[in-house]
Amino acid sequence: MTGSHTFAGPGPDAVFRTNLAAGKFVIQRCADCATYIFYPRSLCVSCGSPRLDTVEADGRATVYSTSVNRRRPEAGGPVNIALVDLIEGPRLLTRVAGIAPEEVGIGMAVRARIDMVDAMPVLIFEPEGVA
Amino acid sequence: MPHPLNSAAAIVGIGIASQWKAPGRTPADHIAEAVAKALDDSGLQLKDVDGLFVGTSAHFLPTVSIAEYLGIHPRFSDSNMIGGASFVQHLLHAAMALEAGLCNVALICYGSNQATASGRLVSMAEPQPYEQPYDPRYPIFAYALATARHMHQYGTTREQLAEVAVAARAWARHNPEAQERGPLSIDDVLGARMIHDPLTVRDCCLVTDGGGAVIMVRSDRAKDLAKQPAYLLGAAGEHWHRQIASMPDLTVTAASASGRRAFKMAGLCPADVDVAEVYDAFTINTILFLEDLGFCAKGDGGAFVQGGGIGPDGRLPVNTNGGGLSCCHPGMYGIFTVIEAVRQLRGEAVGLQVPDAKVALCHGNGGTLAAQSTALLGIEPNR
Repeated sequence: MTGSHTFAGPGPDAVFRTNLAAGKFVIQRCADCATYIFYPRSLCVSCGSPRLDTVEADGRATVYSTSVNRRRPEAGGPVNIALVDLIEGPRLLTRVAGIAPEEVGIGMAVRARIDMVDAMPVLIFEPEGVA
Repeated sequence: MPHPLNSAAAIVGIGIASQWKAPGRTPADHIAEAVAKALDDSGLQLKDVDGLFVGTSAHFLPTVSIAEYLGIHPRFSDSNMIGGASFVQHLLHAAMALEAGLCNVALICYGSNQATASGRLVSMAEPQPYEQPYDPRYPIFAYALATARHMHQYGTTREQLAEVAVAARAWARHNPEAQERGPLSIDDVLGARMIHDPLTVRDCCLVTDGGGAVIMVRSDRAKDLAKQPAYLLGAAGEHWHRQIASMPDLTVTAASASGRRAFKMAGLCPADVDVAEVYDAFTINTILFLEDLGFCAKGDGGAFVQGGGIGPDGRLPVNTNGGGLSCCHPGMYGIFTVIEAVRQLRGEAVGLQVPDAKVALCHGNGGTLAAQSTALLGIEPNR
């Protein structure tokens, strides 16, 4: 896949959402300096180039930090929120699911998955090796 | 060659609206109370104010609304909004406007009725589409992530974080204006209700109403007014991210840059600081800022605050009014770092007075560890 090199057509957020709905987690790679970018932008955050290609993310990442939101039981109970570093470099906010929220640890290897929440696709991560 | 803004302007009036729970009073009411007190304090009149600096979360056009509320027509106004760092940053902007002759009397003010309006910290942010799907609890989720990373990288402990809250309370116990004045131990902090691992409710700032106002004039006029001026010796601000996922390193804030440049403008270093007032929205903040501002090495913040290090008998007086953790926190705290710093420099502390305070540091933080602003105030011009 290649991105457009003009400012016409669907913007990078729309491209991301369309791909997510089709089951693909895409990020951008600058055609000029090869920097990987997420969240989607119109200009490379490293060199400013508008020539950003859309590529499918590998999906592998490492947990950079993690915490548990201790919601009251009636609000849903404890839930994880984490920062993960994609293997390509960019860091993003997410949830690590598939294990107890307090079991997520810094340095843990995780992999992207797309869940449906209220009929909307949501990008989450789960520990590598979870079926 | 001293920077032209070093000692160009001074704070000559301060006012605090300290009704921390004031049902039926609006943010503008708190601002007006603080402004009235600051004008009395300075000996100046409302009609003298021709420069206005306001940042609130209640107004789309803060300076335009507040100027109307006060009935003034400022020649210069600035509503630079960088969260809780805004009011410290406004000191620099006011000094610039004054030095350039664009105004003669600058009023910086803030007010909020967050406690009575909503009962909790309210996010004034537009939705962040790459955060929203995870239902983050703003803003604590970001500070909890930063705390977890600092603990992982440097071995900082929950006990060391608790020391920050205990020190703030130790100062607050002597401050009749502080909301929370009861005893607080490390065990109390650790045993309090966990909100967002590893932060308990006692690791978090208060939610109150209130407001503050600060008046600045050029230094040559300051010495003719009634109170001991607090000269702005140096100031700087910097921001590197908006969302916590974009913060390059969760253990290093842009205070490392704002502090360095503020000290450079002032021609001073951390050892020259007699008293420090830093925006302590959460216990991790104080540790991060003490490191980033150069009071200790990166990673040593936990050790620095240990054993009462920043309390009344410690090695550096920090947050001498009790801070956001124990004194007040009406939505954003930054202006209170300035007010308390000025009181300490004047020898007019309402609580404990740091003896012989000559140089004070104020530091504000905005968003989720995003915008950082540092100012150095002194009792004498430094050039």
